[in-house]
Amino acid sequence: MQTWSLVSICVLLAIIARWGVSLNSYSGAGKPPMFGDYEAQRHWQEVTYNLPIQEWYFNTTNNDLNYWGLDYPPLTAYHSWICAYIAKTINPEWVELHKSRGYESTQHKLFMRMTVLVADLLIYIPAVVLYCLYLTDGSSKKKVSIMFCFLLYPGLILIDYGHFQYNGVSLGFALWGILALGLGWDVLGSMAFSLALNYKQMELYHALPFFCYLLGKCIKTGLIGRGLFLLVRIGVTVLATFALCWLPFLAEPSQAMQVVRRIFPVARGLFEDKVANTWCSLNTLIKIKSILSGDSQLYLSLACTLLAVLPSCIRLLTKPTFWHFKLALVSVFGIQHWAVFKPTGLKCNEICYACPFLVFVCSMLPLFLKDGLLVPYIVTSLGFLFFSIYLLSALDHCSEDKLRLGAYNKLFYCLFIPWGNHFLHFYISIAAMVGLSIATAVLIPPPHLPDLFPVLVSTTAFLHFLGTFIHFNVVQFSEPPSRKSQKKSN
Amino acid sequence: TETFGISTAQLTPLCSVKNLIQVPTVRSTDFEVHRNWLAITHSLPVSRWYYENTSEWTLDYPPLFAWFELGLSQVARRFDANMLQVENLNYASPATVLFQRLSVIVTDVVFIYAARECCRCVREPKGSRDVLSRPSFVLAVLLLWNFGLLVVDHIHFQYNGFLFGFLLLSVAKHLQSQHLQGALLFAFLLNLKHIYLYVAPAYGVYLLRSYCFAQDNKDGSVRWSSFSPLRLLALGAIVTSVCALSFGPFIAMGQLPQVLSRLFPFKRGLCHAYWAPNIWALYNVLDKSLAVLGVRLKLLEEAELPPASMTGGLVQEFEHSVLPSVTPAVTLVCTLLSILPAVASIWLRPHGAQGFLRCLLLCALGCFMFGWHVHEKAILIAILPLSILAVESREDAGIFLILTTTGHYSLFPLLFTPAELPIKVVLMLMFTIFSFTALRKLHSAQGSLLHPLEVIYLLGLVAVAIACEVVFPLSPWQQRLPFLPLLVTSVYCAMGVCYAFLRLYASLLLRREEKPKQL
Repeated sequence: MQTWSLVSICVLLAIIARWGVSLNSYSGAGKPPMFGDYEAQRHWQEVTYNLPIQEWYFNTTNNDLNYWGLDYPPLTAYHSWICAYIAKTINPEWVELHKSRGYESTQHKLFMRMTVLVADLLIYIPAVVLYCLYLTDGSSKKKVSIMFCFLLYPGLILIDYGHFQYNGVSLGFALWGILALGLGWDVLGSMAFSLALNYKQMELYHALPFFCYLLGKCIKTGLIGRGLFLLVRIGVTVLATFALCWLPFLAEPSQAMQVVRRIFPVARGLFEDKVANTWCSLNTLIKIKSILSGDSQLYLSLACTLLAVLPSCIRLLTKPTFWHFKLALVSVFGIQHWAVFKPTGLKCNEICYACPFLVFVCSMLPLFLKDGLLVPYIVTSLGFLFFSIYLLSALDHCSEDKLRLGAYNKLFYCLFIPWGNHFLHFYISIAAMVGLSIATAVLIPPPHLPDLFPVLVSTTAFLHFLGTFIHFNVVQFSEPPSRKSQKKSN
Repeated sequence: TETFGISTAQLTPLCSVKNLIQVPTVRSTDFEVHRNWLAITHSLPVSRWYYENTSEWTLDYPPLFAWFELGLSQVARRFDANMLQVENLNYASPATVLFQRLSVIVTDVVFIYAARECCRCVREPKGSRDVLSRPSFVLAVLLLWNFGLLVVDHIHFQYNGFLFGFLLLSVAKHLQSQHLQGALLFAFLLNLKHIYLYVAPAYGVYLLRSYCFAQDNKDGSVRWSSFSPLRLLALGAIVTSVCALSFGPFIAMGQLPQVLSRLFPFKRGLCHAYWAPNIWALYNVLDKSLAVLGVRLKLLEEAELPPASMTGGLVQEFEHSVLPSVTPAVTLVCTLLSILPAVASIWLRPHGAQGFLRCLLLCALGCFMFGWHVHEKAILIAILPLSILAVESREDAGIFLILTTTGHYSLFPLLFTPAELPIKVVLMLMFTIFSFTALRKLHSAQGSLLHPLEVIYLLGLVAVAIACEVVFPLSPWQQRLPFLPLLVTSVYCAMGVCYAFLRLYASLLLRREEKPKQL
């Protein structure tokens, strides 16, 4: 069958999956006084539509920052404004200042879900389709299979269409950036990534690989001639994009500072809500929160993040190929929790990688349970697992050689951890996930350890992150494959 | 079978899995109907089943289905015993919804098995092709992902997958020359849902002609001497024993007239609230337009016309104003006349099981076109078996595309809430894209599948869809003529269905001149 028809059927299936999940509950449904992320987005529409720009990020009588104050960069605010404009034409009650707090109705839910779907259709899905068709290797059927698995990734679907967020927009922009870099259009790529940064500040985690890759490329082409010209062009593009997005706030320095203060709330602690990262897991062994003060926690986390990311970024600086760039992106993600979705597609070629990605989804299970999304979680995870296994070819294609596990295994043998066969690892991981999911959903934890299951889930997920992080770093430092994957770079 | 193995594994879990996501969607009245039947069969003694009318949704399927609901209710008890109280009208706790949806998904296993058997009957052309272009794979997808079945069963809620499984399995058995098994399965099917009486003439005549008369003469006509009473007895025994199993207790209690009156409620009108796209829809529209025209041209007095025809929308008891009114007897005669040529054809010149399948389709379509109080869902009885023919012959593929696209579009009014709009549009697009591209690739060697005029008609469907779903709700006519989109949909689809009916007839009757195609 022709590729276009296969692609359109896969995209339509992805839309069905998304809309199906949309019909379930959202975060904070029916839970006054604060509700959840859904109410936060609705509130932002209310604030951006009714108040002048200067008041959006400030605490005024009309804008109570304690009730879901704006804490994303300006592009999110503009997006909310557009949605509010449409909402006003359909039903003004949805965005009426003050009076619409906690507004919940079936029509409003449909409208909000529609905004997420439209944003995805315009930004995220085309990026995925183009990326998979142009920047992955293999036959066209393999490309479509990768695209399908990419689109079906449960994490993004459940968070965006269940819990309610707009991660598709920022991830989509970032993906456009990666796509452009892969095709050699560096200036456009940097513009796209700047847009992503201006939508959600969490993309900063991916900024370092982008920066190192582009810098490395400029150095390689020669800092005196074309390289400098490229550097200047990229620099100007980035600055111009930022200026354009921040234009209304550049009139007064206090405006810009307030926005920055809202975006980076350093007053919050190292971790919230038992997330699957280093600090949470470490906390079980050493009670970090009680040992260190707030500021020290912050500096510690910053230092550790930079240290962890440094090796892959230095490697990228010295060898700025697209392949290394992709690997660096994947290595960076192990540190935080939300922006874990991106690497899925980048490395969806091999079935074994599907496993850690599913683990990440499992790590968010406590959140889904709180939102009443257990059934969609089960269904989408099973669907993703099923399709990865059948479409991305059987496990026996994951030869040791292909994954370059040689060095990886050697490392672990040194540490006296018997790793064994990596198929076994895959099955053990899946079994652990299933077991933890069932336990979290069904069993009641003992009273003296009320958070037993969320912490267990976080720790398991963290161990997987660590393993994947080390693996990708090892791969990055070993020789790149001699086959065609180099052809797309530079 | 390996092909099917891959395709089943790939397709059906996704299908069922997707349906689980839709557990929280809007439920239709059919949901409450089946819950009520679970309650009736579980809580009341057998003698009261067909007399019970606490709820308006009385038991109107044959007794075997009631036994089936009784079996289901034993499992339902574990989920939520409250749904089994007859008084709990419109009871829909999350456990109830989950149980009902799961029951549909589980009983779909019958349909999956039947689809597998049908795929085994399809001829595979020689030469290696990739999986996506093999006829059996295309058939598997066309059956398992049929838009109509997905919408009616999993969103709207019925057990059609289960029932169509029996129908397709019985057809497959006939195609594999295992006639007794086919007859047994059809007997079960008839006792589960009596709408399959539509295709009973095809079964009856085919079995009599091709099974009871063991051999034919050289020129294909009946050889009376080869009549085998043993075979006739076997068939009779099968049918009577199944009917005894199902109706037995009720005949013993003398309740047969009551059961029959529940099964065939002729008090309902010619068309139900949404006109199925058949001849009577066109007839009604003609009648309405003549009435309006007559009043405008002062040929008729408005006061003389029956009140409903001018002001009301689509009512159940439809009294025609200008053209003669239609009674159940008239529809019966029309139906019989419409299927007579097909039935006669397989008696006089049988073409084996393929001819039987064609006759079955024509009976189903004929009854759909001319029947009394037809539901638009009945179009699926014609669409599903036609899939089998479509993957084998180019002409049938063309007819299939027209009938399927039109028939599926006519199901759109079943899902009318805004939440379901994206689902039905996207599912329809998926199925249509697949059927067009896959069938075109299968028959690519023999020229295009559709005549340009047919393509224009199908594109017109898109215009109708946009007009009815998007433009109309935002226009001023929404208040005054709320039935207008339903009417337009019915009439437009009725034209397509009639055309498909005529073309199928042509393909059956004109084949008499050629050599019969091999099985």
